[in-house]
Amino acid sequence: MLDCGLDMTSTLNFLPLPLVQSPRLSKLPGWVLKDGSTFLDKELKECSGHVFVDSVPEFCLPETELLDLSTVDVILISNYHCMMALPYITEYTGFTGTVYATEPTVQIGRLLMEELVNSIERVPKAQSASMWKNKEVQRLLPAPLKDAVEVSMWRKCYTMPEVNAALSKIQLVGYSQKIELFGAVQVTPLSSGYALGSSNWIIQSHYEKVSYVSGSSLLTTHPQPMDQASLKNSDVLILTGLTQIPTANPDGMVGEFCSNLAMTVRNGGNVLVPCYPSGVIYDLLECLYQYIDSAGLSNVPFYFISPVANSSLEFSQIFAEWLCHNKQTKVYLPEPPFPHAELIQTNKLKHYPSIHGDFSNDFKQPCVVFTGHPSLRFGDVVHFMELWGKSSLNTVIFTEPDFSYLDALAPYQPLAMKCVYCPIDTRLNFIQVSKLLKEVQPLHVVCPEQYTQPPPTQSHRTDLMIDCQPPAMSYRRAEVLTLPYKRRYEKIEIMPDLADSLVPLEIKPGISLATVSAVLHTKDNKHVLQLPPKPPQPPASKKRKRVSDDVPECKSLKPLLSGSIPVDQFVQTLEKHGFSDVKVEDTAKGHIVLLQEAETLIQLEEDSTHIICDNDEPLRVKLRDLVLKFLQKF
Amino acid sequence: MPEIKVTPLGAGQDVGRSCILVSIAGKNVMLDCGMHMGYNDDRRFPDFSYITQNGRLTDFLDCVIISHFHLDHCGALPYFSEMVGYDGPIYMTHPTKAICPILLEDYRKITVDKKGETNFFTSQMIKDCMKKVVAVHLHQTVQVDEELEIKAYYAGHVLGAAMFQIKVGCESVVYTGDYNMTPDRHLGAAWIDKCRPDLLISESTYATTIRDSKRCRERDFLKKVHETVERGGKVLIPVFALGRAQELCILLETFWERMNLKAPIYFSTGLTEKANHYYKLFITWTNQKIRKTFVQRNMFEFKHIKAFDRAFADNPGPMVVFATPGMLHAGQSLQIFRKWAGNEKNMVIMPGYCVQGTVGHKILSGQRKLEMEGRQMLEVKMQVEYMSFSAHADAKGIMQLIRQAEPRNVLLVHGEAKKMEFLKQKIEQEFHVSCFMPANGETTTILTNPCIPVDISLGLLKRETAIGPLPDAKKPKLMHGTLLMKDNSFRLVSPEQALKELGLAEHQLRFTCRVHIQDPRKEHETVLRVYNHLKGILKDYSVQHLPDGSITVESILIQATAHSEDQGTKVLLVSWTYQDEELGSYLTSLLKKGLPQSTP
Repeated sequence: MLDCGLDMTSTLNFLPLPLVQSPRLSKLPGWVLKDGSTFLDKELKECSGHVFVDSVPEFCLPETELLDLSTVDVILISNYHCMMALPYITEYTGFTGTVYATEPTVQIGRLLMEELVNSIERVPKAQSASMWKNKEVQRLLPAPLKDAVEVSMWRKCYTMPEVNAALSKIQLVGYSQKIELFGAVQVTPLSSGYALGSSNWIIQSHYEKVSYVSGSSLLTTHPQPMDQASLKNSDVLILTGLTQIPTANPDGMVGEFCSNLAMTVRNGGNVLVPCYPSGVIYDLLECLYQYIDSAGLSNVPFYFISPVANSSLEFSQIFAEWLCHNKQTKVYLPEPPFPHAELIQTNKLKHYPSIHGDFSNDFKQPCVVFTGHPSLRFGDVVHFMELWGKSSLNTVIFTEPDFSYLDALAPYQPLAMKCVYCPIDTRLNFIQVSKLLKEVQPLHVVCPEQYTQPPPTQSHRTDLMIDCQPPAMSYRRAEVLTLPYKRRYEKIEIMPDLADSLVPLEIKPGISLATVSAVLHTKDNKHVLQLPPKPPQPPASKKRKRVSDDVPECKSLKPLLSGSIPVDQFVQTLEKHGFSDVKVEDTAKGHIVLLQEAETLIQLEEDSTHIICDNDEPLRVKLRDLVLKFLQKF
Repeated sequence: MPEIKVTPLGAGQDVGRSCILVSIAGKNVMLDCGMHMGYNDDRRFPDFSYITQNGRLTDFLDCVIISHFHLDHCGALPYFSEMVGYDGPIYMTHPTKAICPILLEDYRKITVDKKGETNFFTSQMIKDCMKKVVAVHLHQTVQVDEELEIKAYYAGHVLGAAMFQIKVGCESVVYTGDYNMTPDRHLGAAWIDKCRPDLLISESTYATTIRDSKRCRERDFLKKVHETVERGGKVLIPVFALGRAQELCILLETFWERMNLKAPIYFSTGLTEKANHYYKLFITWTNQKIRKTFVQRNMFEFKHIKAFDRAFADNPGPMVVFATPGMLHAGQSLQIFRKWAGNEKNMVIMPGYCVQGTVGHKILSGQRKLEMEGRQMLEVKMQVEYMSFSAHADAKGIMQLIRQAEPRNVLLVHGEAKKMEFLKQKIEQEFHVSCFMPANGETTTILTNPCIPVDISLGLLKRETAIGPLPDAKKPKLMHGTLLMKDNSFRLVSPEQALKELGLAEHQLRFTCRVHIQDPRKEHETVLRVYNHLKGILKDYSVQHLPDGSITVESILIQATAHSEDQGTKVLLVSWTYQDEELGSYLTSLLKKGLPQSTP
């Protein structure tokens, strides 16, 4: 199984979870059906024309109905965003296999999960809405609730014990480490350049190579650059996790981010940056590190609020081996690879586990706050939206591309604060994809259906799709795709003593052959050929055996024969071996050799020989061996 | 017969200047490039002229691998690459790459600036040398070229220490460098998978020692330090800046904290602070416990341990000083030693191995009058203690590693000849593998017997694995195929495919035997009797009675006709091809014995 991500856009249908009682949210009117029935008004609330579920947010899981997950042997994780559904899979489906991921992926993935669990568990919600999920009821709801898929499969967040159990099933791997799976295939993670420890995977046998390219970046940010060379010679390249915002240039967005931030603060407003606790935030902090002095922001406090803020900042400094070259060189000095260490030391950046406690004492405005969750449905960000939403001096800047910012803001409307959308998505865009495909030249490309056509909203942009030869094969949810590859060969090992016993025969110039009769040992999908055991010597004192004991036990295979038998030489050979009454008759296709006394005849034709005799076994065996002398064995 | 050749240029029946040449399947690899602490002349570096008399080293060597940053494993590297001349790749782990140049620079300074030697490598040479270094991850398979691959395993010992597997085709060698099989306070234990190398090259520093438990040693150490400090004495602990130093610092730090002790602890040289930084940044290379808790409390931020100043040595009162280098052969540790040696209240604790020729080695072997530079005599009155804290595997550990890796041969280096001899016997007895211990310059040749990988067509493989009424995984299967050899490519295919590919027709060899049976019954009744007879005996075969009156056993055809002269005799024609030879031959002899008396 390649990755197991969690669709969190489902949470956009829910009301935000406020950390402190929010009078605004609690006063929202219940939703009333067109016919005036009010049976759903406890579950659904209306805000500025949108309807939200008033319940603990739920997530949309990967498809688990199609196949029995207990038959999955291995899960390969490509980056920490793509493992958020892991506890659902490992704890509730009978899955007993191994999960492979790099160390940074696991550590940061743990942080993301911890933050998620924490921000949902700390605001216990008495109500759990389920009536709206009824198919009959859902039909009556306004969009987008009406069109939400598989709502019955949506699940509440997992718990920390489940996270820990799931993570304990992960086997840590390093880039370019070859991992044997059951002796049948080898998997290898490669740097994908997108995030700390993010990987593409190569799945290969001796003759077939499938590359799984997911969430890759060719831009130079903090992670190790993408390893493209190792993707060459793929039979199939599965391509996914491209940029969600193909029209936005990440560098330009960072510039816009900085200038909007500076403008707001200069005007006395606060800036809110909804973000994940790891990833782009490192790059943003690094940009700000270079920017704040020149922009006159040295006295503005930067706050990073998350239950895992400290861990995230600390962890980022210890993965030297997974960083880009520049950052590695710093570690050799030895200095911390990320400048946020200095921001913290000089007190410009402060981090807190939550808005409660120390933060409330230190809090000074105007300021810049980085906090989660980017969906604006839970986490400390909800508090700041409620706090700052009413003033047009403040700005919320969206940098994470996973959620539509308009949908994210919907339950906060009407809103006075400024909203700026600067999505920073460093993953491959379509120009980079075609460059990459030209470079690595896979035989076949496989990708999700939506990459094979322009985005629905920009149907004229034919440049916003994958263009390659032969055309990419596409897949969609719940569809089985057969890869166009036929396996022909596998590796087998010949033991040295068997190899010594082989007698090669040059059959054509440059081509030799040897017939091999050997014992095949197959263990862990590795095949080895050994010398066949010598036939056991019959015991000296032979007891009378039952007839059936003599039945040849296994069919011992005889080689195929080839060649033809020249009749003159054959007759000479017969005479040499004491057959004196040999007579030859010509037939349409060859000859008939008669041994008159023995009442035996041998039909010789171009590609066949037929020995017809009485039941005289020694004679037959003698003739057989004489014939075989003229033929080649295969 | 393919062979692997190993020649130590250093560390052959010796500890110091580790440098081992390995030739495997046409590839030449140099393992480590160290200096010898016991010599100050030419002998301090390996004799690289041995490698090639007049060719360039770069042409001869495919790569150089450095196992860890200790100078006896990397101290000759700039000399080798910049002064002798080598431009190929040098592999080491990230922490080794980070720390190695610092220790080299330190070494250069002591040699050139303090001792005034000329003709030594320069700072620039160290930098140029490090540019040739390729950093590797643990367990990453590094493809040096198309055939040669190397892979690093965790070795414990010091930060970033690694064991390396060198592999060409299915031949492989594992070189352990220095390793430690028991986790200590800051590092984990060495680990390797069951990779079954043709040869395991292992260090054997503690070939004959089986150390008592770590806890006891630690308690002993703390007791000695504590007692000395209590009676107002000074404790000198000569260490190398990185490695044991950190372990002992953690130990003393927690002890001081727990006992609420006030005597100052110092750590000499500016390297300390930096060294601790390396440990913080490469925390993923330390042990499980430190990695787990580093966010809350970084073990390498010490409260009680402060930087040492030269002037402190003359301060009155008790103190503990960690000073470099560890074998008392030069530098600050030697200076302090000279100052404190005369007072019996003081103590020097040697926490690691000392190479012959060093002051450390002399005092450990009981010498109490030392001749120092300038013919000065120094009388040692202070207590001298030795505590093996150096993180080498002991005899038990070495045996454990052999059990883990299951090598076909073992070769010992980095140890003393006498002790090696003992361990060699033990290894040969216990594991029944050959064990070698070549001296420097002596070549050991190991014959390997590699399997030959060929391509097998899936059709043939599947046919062979599917054969037999009940596929029994444990039962070996006999298979028959044709090996086609063409320009170095080996393919095993089914005989049919081989014929087809070569454009040859199959030659059918068929036998038909007349078997006479006495049976007065009608033909079809005879046939039925034959059928029942065969069916009864050949239980595992498909025996069929066809509508046209013939019988088949698998693909063998049996027909019956009446004898032209004798109606009481029936003639059975048994016809089979050469491929069914065994069964056909068996059937004729079976039928010749006649049919059993019919039972109504």
